[in-house]
Amino acid sequence: MKYIDEYRDKALAEKIAREIDRSSTGPLSFMEVCGGHTMAVRKFGIPSLLPDRIRLLSGPGCPVCVSSNRFIDRSVALSRRDDVIITSFGDLIRVPGSSSSLEKEKAKGADIRVVYSVLDALRVAKDNPLKRIVFLGIGFETTAPTSAAAIRKAFEQKMNNFFLLSAHKIMPPAMEALADEGVKLNGYIAPGHVSTITGTGIYKNIPEKYGLGCVISGFEPVDLLQSIYMLVKQCEENNPKVEIQYKRAVKEDGNRKALQLLQEVFVLADDWWRGLGVLKNSGLQLRETYEQFNAFTMIDVDVEETKEPKGCICGEILKGLKNPKDCKLFSAVCNPSLPVGACMVSNEGACNAWYRYNR
Amino acid sequence: MRNQLGKTISLGHGSGGKLSHELTGNLFVRYFNNEILAPQTDSAIVKVNRENLAFTTDSFVVDPLFFPGGDIGKLAVCGTVNDLAVSGAIPLFMSASFIIEEGFGMDQLETIVKSMAEESRMAGIKIVAGDTKVVDHGQCDKLFINTTGIGVIDPERIHISTGANIRYGDKIIVNGTVGDHGVAILSARESLSFESKLETDCACLNHLIADVLKKTDKIRFMRDATRGGLATVLCELAADKSFGIELDEVGIPVKEGVKGMCEIFGFDPLYMANEGKAVIVVAVEAAGDVVSLLRKDPIGKNCSVIGEIVEDHPGQVVLKTEIGGKRIVDMLAGEQLPRIC
Repeated sequence: MKYIDEYRDKALAEKIAREIDRSSTGPLSFMEVCGGHTMAVRKFGIPSLLPDRIRLLSGPGCPVCVSSNRFIDRSVALSRRDDVIITSFGDLIRVPGSSSSLEKEKAKGADIRVVYSVLDALRVAKDNPLKRIVFLGIGFETTAPTSAAAIRKAFEQKMNNFFLLSAHKIMPPAMEALADEGVKLNGYIAPGHVSTITGTGIYKNIPEKYGLGCVISGFEPVDLLQSIYMLVKQCEENNPKVEIQYKRAVKEDGNRKALQLLQEVFVLADDWWRGLGVLKNSGLQLRETYEQFNAFTMIDVDVEETKEPKGCICGEILKGLKNPKDCKLFSAVCNPSLPVGACMVSNEGACNAWYRYNR
Repeated sequence: MRNQLGKTISLGHGSGGKLSHELTGNLFVRYFNNEILAPQTDSAIVKVNRENLAFTTDSFVVDPLFFPGGDIGKLAVCGTVNDLAVSGAIPLFMSASFIIEEGFGMDQLETIVKSMAEESRMAGIKIVAGDTKVVDHGQCDKLFINTTGIGVIDPERIHISTGANIRYGDKIIVNGTVGDHGVAILSARESLSFESKLETDCACLNHLIADVLKKTDKIRFMRDATRGGLATVLCELAADKSFGIELDEVGIPVKEGVKGMCEIFGFDPLYMANEGKAVIVVAVEAAGDVVSLLRKDPIGKNCSVIGEIVEDHPGQVVLKTEIGGKRIVDMLAGEQLPRIC
């Protein structure tokens, strides 16, 4: 496949792996923040190409995984209303909440539809004028602009039956929180698609305050290996900085139009992250101008008390403190067929990736 | 047991992957319990008088009913014929039952029935029994078809459906590109505003397989890789066995368009459904002959040796990735795409 095969070149991958081996002296741990990276790392068997002294940890960048139980519980409560149609990306439907999941509600008759884009959700709203259509907005700076665009469209077209339940989040607060918590790391493989929107500026703090390098990486195996190599070099030269590996997609100042849209529609708010708790100014909520589309405030529901699944260590896994195999539930009790925690549900979840590719 | 299965049926139970297996094993096989059902092969092998018969059944609920390169009728015939053929049997007779939603178009039904007639004539199988039920509007989605199929099987070939004669070093062959059917259905779904020229690979494999079986008696195992895809068939094969499977990603044929769609939707072609692909395990000394024979047939021309049976990692399928890394391949967990066949 053109523009992909070049980045899956075996000889090149092996060459970079040899360079990594040659240039690294001590043990180093890098966190691939993004769930897409976690998946690619496992799918292509990248750890099997690296020397043992280089460890890759999975981070909090899988949107489904970091969405909190209270968000799932509210979605479940909304889905139980007869006048509501829930529209969502597929993975989220299977995430267990405190006592139910959207999948279970769907089996009981709730109208829950999987969409591939928020624009499909707008279409559902147009086709069902007598229902209230709630889109479950998850994801980081990458997907938040599409939700923002949908809200703008709904606003311009004076739609009154489309709502957003936003769990959109921004990436840097979580990366800083991990460093604050003292997670043992030597650098971040930073999400490529986030930076196509935001540019590099958002990570400025991380090398300055925490001495950790950030290499913004693409998603193909050669991209990831090159990013690891760049981080190794930074560590060996003791020169942590923000670098772009994913140059074919990321510009330093990002996508201005998308950023403007985000600014216009959303405002930063404190938000819940699974495993990390409440992080200050880490979530994106609708601005007052667009309050009429806010599912949190416009549709009344009783939400059950949040309970966290017993024994599940998703939180520690998302922080890179433990790996999925350390979890007592892994495989026997919690697996992709019967997931206990969100990290086992999502295609991009660390537990799911380990289960599928690494067991 | 109920805990293990969950409280309600979910779409994953019909995926052909892990949940389907748990449901089949922990519920159906457990209660229907008998020695013919136990090996859970594509066809049951039953002995009547002195004749060995292969006996299979299948239901078709594909959505949409018409898709690039085929329709539910063609699918029903091919699916049934292939389950018999990969067991090493010669397909002879089948039944076709129709569950139809009130209001369904007569023209569409006729098109589907004609397509079944044509496909069965080409495959050389006779549709000799059937049934029709009509349900209220909304009580089934347009049309579901159930079939059964019967064929005769040479006693020398009974081992093929279980893989009882598999040896280390045997080669694994697939008769063409994988994932075509899954992607054809995906692109035909109304909810996806995506057009592609990819057609289903839906085809009857019985003539091709008959040629292979005539050529060599070194076929060790065959199964058609339908729901759950290539990966699931190989995982089923390796499960609880004393051998492992090593796959070479570079050898697995996947159409560019299928790769592209899978990249976009986050699917893995190894798990995408096929409707005209057989996984064939053959003794190493006969592999070359089988490949050259397959290449002469239009539905085998893209065949490829994709891996081999190994002594290492018994019970597991390990894939050598295109960049030279290694990872395990597991059965499909959850549901990749519902109502694919």
